[in-house]
Amino acid sequence: MALSEQQIERYSRHIILDQVGGIGQEKLLASKVLIVGAGGLGAPAALYLAATGVGTLGLIDDDNVDLTNLQRQVIHHTPDVGTPKVDSAKAKIAAINPDVRVKTYPLRATAANLAAIVRQYDFVIDGTDNFGSKFLINDACWFERKPYSHAGILRFHGQLITVLPGESACYRCIFHEPPPPSAVPSCSQAGVLGVLAGVIGSLQATEAIKYLLGLGDLLTNRLLTYDALTMDFRAVKLNRNPDCALCGPDAAITELADERPPACDLKGQL
Amino acid sequence: MKLIINGEEVSIKDGLNVNQLLVEHNVKMPEMVSVELNGQILRRHVYETTQLNEGDKVEFLYFMGGGGGAE
Repeated sequence: MALSEQQIERYSRHIILDQVGGIGQEKLLASKVLIVGAGGLGAPAALYLAATGVGTLGLIDDDNVDLTNLQRQVIHHTPDVGTPKVDSAKAKIAAINPDVRVKTYPLRATAANLAAIVRQYDFVIDGTDNFGSKFLINDACWFERKPYSHAGILRFHGQLITVLPGESACYRCIFHEPPPPSAVPSCSQAGVLGVLAGVIGSLQATEAIKYLLGLGDLLTNRLLTYDALTMDFRAVKLNRNPDCALCGPDAAITELADERPPACDLKGQL
Repeated sequence: MKLIINGEEVSIKDGLNVNQLLVEHNVKMPEMVSVELNGQILRRHVYETTQLNEGDKVEFLYFMGGGGGAE
């Protein structure tokens, strides 16, 4: 697919980079990235991937825009309150870059639907806000052997890691299984500095672009943690876990399943 | 003994196991933490029987579930 005059102009700052060039830009335009969750992390990721000229973006989200989202979900604007997030996001992407085809999935990712969607993409971005979805994305990407970027944000902290299934440590290598729900503070309970989503979601987009172009070193086998208050970035080195229930040699998880919340722990309630 | 915890040198009582270290280091919600010892992630059931030694590198990796969605 040859670039048009307009595209050469639009992407000139990419094309001038030796590591990208016209060939790289054509590669990006032929690439497909799936963003699960059109919220805090998904918003900057989608905006930058759209501006970058990633040719196909998939957006999964079953939620509507809420007033409390606008403090950090920069793809949604005040008049969008009440509309489906995937529609709001699609409109902004179209306004930024008509080269980008957007496929919207106004649904919640589950074990029944996610693998078939993931299969159609080159790279997946986890922009979800709950552990069930985070484990589900990790597992779906393992079974479909798709590279993906995990991230999480809370209060003044963020973290991310890129997973190349079968080659690098996966989310389950580190965290095994979701924590007990009673222990989980969510953003609504704990709060989150809005700009954290922009920092971490933009890093996820960076990883997607690097993967698509085969550039540099991906954030594999390293969990990057970010503390906005101290402005410390730390990359914690990790290895694949031989005991991993998903990607280890004796894996117990052999098919995609939804994470059920663990049985109620009555300790402390009696 | 001295340990390197999350990249910083920390002096701590000798002879602790991983569970005791979580308490000693004031980790408030241990169920939200995964522990890496010298590059290997530990399963929870070995915390009690895993003794720490001088110079060990320990990383407390925190579960972070937020994504800035609706929550």
